[in-house]
Amino acid sequence: MEKFVRHDGLVAPLDRANVDTDQIIPKQFLKSIKRTGFGPNLFDEWRYLDEGSPGQDNSVRPVNKDFVLNLPAFQGASVLITRRNFGCGSSREHAPWALMDFGFKAIIAPSFADIFYNNCFKNGLLPIVLSEDNVEALFQAVNGKEGYRLTIDLEGQQVIPESGAALPFEIDEFRKHCLLNGLDEIGLTLNEADAIRAYEKGRMEREPWVFADH
Amino acid sequence: MAGKTLYDKLWEAHLVTQREDGSALIYIDRQIIHEVTSPQAFEGLRLAGRQPWRTSASVATIDHNVPTTPFKSAADIADDTSRIQVQTLQDNTREFGITEFGIGDVRQGIVHVMAPEQGAVVPGMTVVCGDSHTSTNGALACLAHGIGTSEVEHVLATQTLVAKKMNNMRVSVEGELGAGVTAKDVVLHIIGVIGTAGGTGYALEFAGSAMRSLSMEGRMTVCNMAIEAGARAGMVAVDDVTIDYVKGRPFAPQGADWDKAEAYWRTLVSDADARFDEEVNIDAADIKPQVSWGTSPEMVVPVDANLPDPAAESDEVKRSGMTRAYEYMGLTPGMPVTDIKVDRVFIGSCTNSRIEDLRAAAEVAKGRQKAGSVKQVLVVPGSGLVKQQAEKEGLDKVFVEAGFEWREPGCSMCLAMNPDRLEAGEHCASTSNRNFEGRQGNGGRTHLVSPAMAAAAAVAGHFVDIRELDQA
Repeated sequence: MEKFVRHDGLVAPLDRANVDTDQIIPKQFLKSIKRTGFGPNLFDEWRYLDEGSPGQDNSVRPVNKDFVLNLPAFQGASVLITRRNFGCGSSREHAPWALMDFGFKAIIAPSFADIFYNNCFKNGLLPIVLSEDNVEALFQAVNGKEGYRLTIDLEGQQVIPESGAALPFEIDEFRKHCLLNGLDEIGLTLNEADAIRAYEKGRMEREPWVFADH
Repeated sequence: MAGKTLYDKLWEAHLVTQREDGSALIYIDRQIIHEVTSPQAFEGLRLAGRQPWRTSASVATIDHNVPTTPFKSAADIADDTSRIQVQTLQDNTREFGITEFGIGDVRQGIVHVMAPEQGAVVPGMTVVCGDSHTSTNGALACLAHGIGTSEVEHVLATQTLVAKKMNNMRVSVEGELGAGVTAKDVVLHIIGVIGTAGGTGYALEFAGSAMRSLSMEGRMTVCNMAIEAGARAGMVAVDDVTIDYVKGRPFAPQGADWDKAEAYWRTLVSDADARFDEEVNIDAADIKPQVSWGTSPEMVVPVDANLPDPAAESDEVKRSGMTRAYEYMGLTPGMPVTDIKVDRVFIGSCTNSRIEDLRAAAEVAKGRQKAGSVKQVLVVPGSGLVKQQAEKEGLDKVFVEAGFEWREPGCSMCLAMNPDRLEAGEHCASTSNRNFEGRQGNGGRTHLVSPAMAAAAAVAGHFVDIRELDQA
């Protein structure tokens, strides 16, 4: 996994609550057996005026010029600010894959759905929870100034605006550690293989049926 | 010291290591695998040269992509990308020695229908699957939740998950459910009360006399939609209904093991003095048959209501969401729910495709006819075994005589990854779980209802109060 330490990037505002994973990456694109290539179809139903299908040439499709990510001002954005309960719905990891493939490094919202939030960390995408008031202030700042950027300092756990006070955020210690160092979680867990085996032994005695072959 | 909740007990029984940073390693007893969220996980194993930790922990089937018209082999699947996923699962399960109920196997079906049906999920287990509706399996007093593909790979390789303990929430539904009010109405009502993010960060236990009165199928319907209330895991404590359901299933323990298992399973209830971080109490008498009107499952109203007015909503974010939903759904605030016309009807999905659901729909369909204005009514059983049972009871004939289509098992129009889908602008009475924009087809408009309400809408051409239909 790619490390995440500090990131400075252009901010795009997606002013909607409850953005679900079906919107982030519609189901027809889940038929891929790869982890990459989802970026062109991120928010497909909002970005394009026609119905997308896997494998097509997206450059010739009619574009929804009003959709925020299609506006010239937000080309190259790598930080997304949005409203509460972002990423609700399915467990598809294609959602963070698509966001990253598009170029996003961090998502800022007042709250995230649990599974999506968790999936982000497995891929080096940083979801940041700020208060509704702080998110609202960021929306106003982005809408008030073209080319608005934010710096995200994971080590110091703060979002640094161009002007004004830095906004601190909370993050789980373990997740932070993995992101900062780009660690492979499976490798880390396998360091505890002895503990897993010892646990299994006890369970096999108490609940042998759980381990039955079929 | 306060007693323990069901979730506390399940968590503690699976704790491998508790780390100082607050994270923990928990043991996973059962992983259910399907074709959409697993290819990249198997690929990850291959690239790292890893083997599954314990192959007998996994069981796989195909559901999301499969056509619901008869087919004999992967080669019969017309869509190239769907065919590749179905074929890839078959190849991966063979390569790694994992049991798969594939094409032509009567046990094939929707992951969360197949697993409990086989007894592959029994009380006290931790159950994961790369599918958010894994919460369904919590009806058997399991800790069951959806995971992403990286975690699918992590569980395959280590039989554990890195997790953090969730908070405890209990939703108690007390009293007797009214006539025509089903498990689906109960859970839609609950989501309407606590909201689509109300359960975020919680393990949600469904309790109370109304919950205990539900069959296992009904409890699965309720737990299925815990995720639509934001909770990754929903669960119901063990009682006689649970024990009776599990007994005799193919993977279930037998003989002396059964007695030992039953004795342990009976302890899987929240202690009387257990403390919950959050408690919600609902009076069963307040629950009416429900219909969702918008693009989030919390946008739900009783069938005898008029659609809500966004102007009356004080929360600005919610209000703008409602306004957007009205625009997408092509509906007007204040209109009666029963004025909403339906173009297609879908009876199926991991929420409502079990035998009890099909019986409820058939009871309404019997002796009635699909309305001429309704283009299609799909009835999609949850598994080959559900299909077989329904046919034994003659339900297929009831549906066909009513002008409904009787199909092969799969996820079908719940998420429209296969050819079953809505056209733009069409309204669908659907027994599935999500009414998100485009979920059932680009531009499609989903209304979530119970199987009986879906069948009633199919014969009337618009939503009707099932309680009035009963009196007709």
